[in-house]
Amino acid sequence: MQNNLLGVLKEHENKLLTIWSQILLDGGSEDGAMEEEESKEFASLFLSVLAKSDEKYENSQEFEKVQDLIVGISSSRGKRGFSPRENAQYLISFKEACSQVLSELIQEPEKLYDANLKLNAILDNMMIMTFEAFMKGREDVISRQIDEISEISTPVITVWDGIVALPIIGTLDSSRTQTVMESLLQQIVDTGSSIAILDISGVPAVDSLVAQHLIKTVSATRLMGAECIISGIRPEIAQTVVHLGIDLSGITTKASLASALQTAFEMLQLAVVKRKKIVE
Amino acid sequence: MTTITNNKEEALIVKEQDVVPLRNRVKEYGVKIGMSILNQTKLITATSELVRNLLKYGGGGKVIIESVSNGRENGVRVTFIDNGPGIADIELAMKDGYSTGKSLGLGLPGTKRLVNEFDIKSELGNGTTVTITKWKNG
Repeated sequence: MQNNLLGVLKEHENKLLTIWSQILLDGGSEDGAMEEEESKEFASLFLSVLAKSDEKYENSQEFEKVQDLIVGISSSRGKRGFSPRENAQYLISFKEACSQVLSELIQEPEKLYDANLKLNAILDNMMIMTFEAFMKGREDVISRQIDEISEISTPVITVWDGIVALPIIGTLDSSRTQTVMESLLQQIVDTGSSIAILDISGVPAVDSLVAQHLIKTVSATRLMGAECIISGIRPEIAQTVVHLGIDLSGITTKASLASALQTAFEMLQLAVVKRKKIVE
Repeated sequence: MTTITNNKEEALIVKEQDVVPLRNRVKEYGVKIGMSILNQTKLITATSELVRNLLKYGGGGKVIIESVSNGRENGVRVTFIDNGPGIADIELAMKDGYSTGKSLGLGLPGTKRLVNEFDIKSELGNGTTVTITKWKNG
């Protein structure tokens, strides 16, 4: 049995499971019992692989199965709302349990040390994998949210027959401008609008790149035969733009969306008239 | 004039997504010393300009945000350090409308007008360091 020190663990699977469960419970994990099913499955698969393959744990095909299983467990734990700490604790406690069992089984210090060393190498590697799986689960959520935000953050609103408005909230970077421009130009075609209002009340700062993007958007709308008004320029933004030396004089700009709408009405020769009260 | 640093932090900038958090940090520093909205906007616009340069020309780098005081006034100092190719002719780069990229060419000269103190050091092949300071009532 010289070449399979860890194989002996398989014979003491039940004992190991009891110890593991106990450590998990002691560590403050409330549901040591709840996950018993998957823990059992993992332990039995892991131990039988250890028993079967001699020494070449890392490369064997069975080992990949074990890794898939533990990755699956940890990502499902991630989704169920376990903290990263609890997730790491799961395998650490398994390692602890294995070490305990090993120290009872192997009497010679040298062999015990050797066995522990191997066990550490295997389980540490697994721990890294579970952590990666855990992080990846979270990152997937974040990137999905980014997509969603950029999709919903550029709503083009038809405010009047022939007038579309696009409120921009947040930072205008290159990719964002691209989406803004695309949806605005498409909406102009779809609605046959001749005036587009770009409202930048929600843009925290206008630097030269943002200004350049705005100028490009305005030029593109003009090419489509529509006129573009930029509204929502706050006093501090106006001063900053002047200091930066950006020339926006070729663009119709307004302080508020309301005044932009008024200008748009004038351009379309529309008038808002108060209705006379009919006295009977 | 000697200035005292009260508070300091560093941020690594490697991608475009780092710009917004950095700008928010700088803004927080401005808010903490009671900077007016106008000066806050000028400061974050200047930061935004320079950090974009840092990414575009310097290929990313380090930004140091400091809360400074010169005895009479408090201010925020931001230092942008990159290890990019450097600027060949600083005098030319500081001119309005000059750009090696396809931008408006207002970043550096515009930024200088937005802040109170502006210092640029660049060595070809060794990167560029830009330091800006905005005083609370500057």
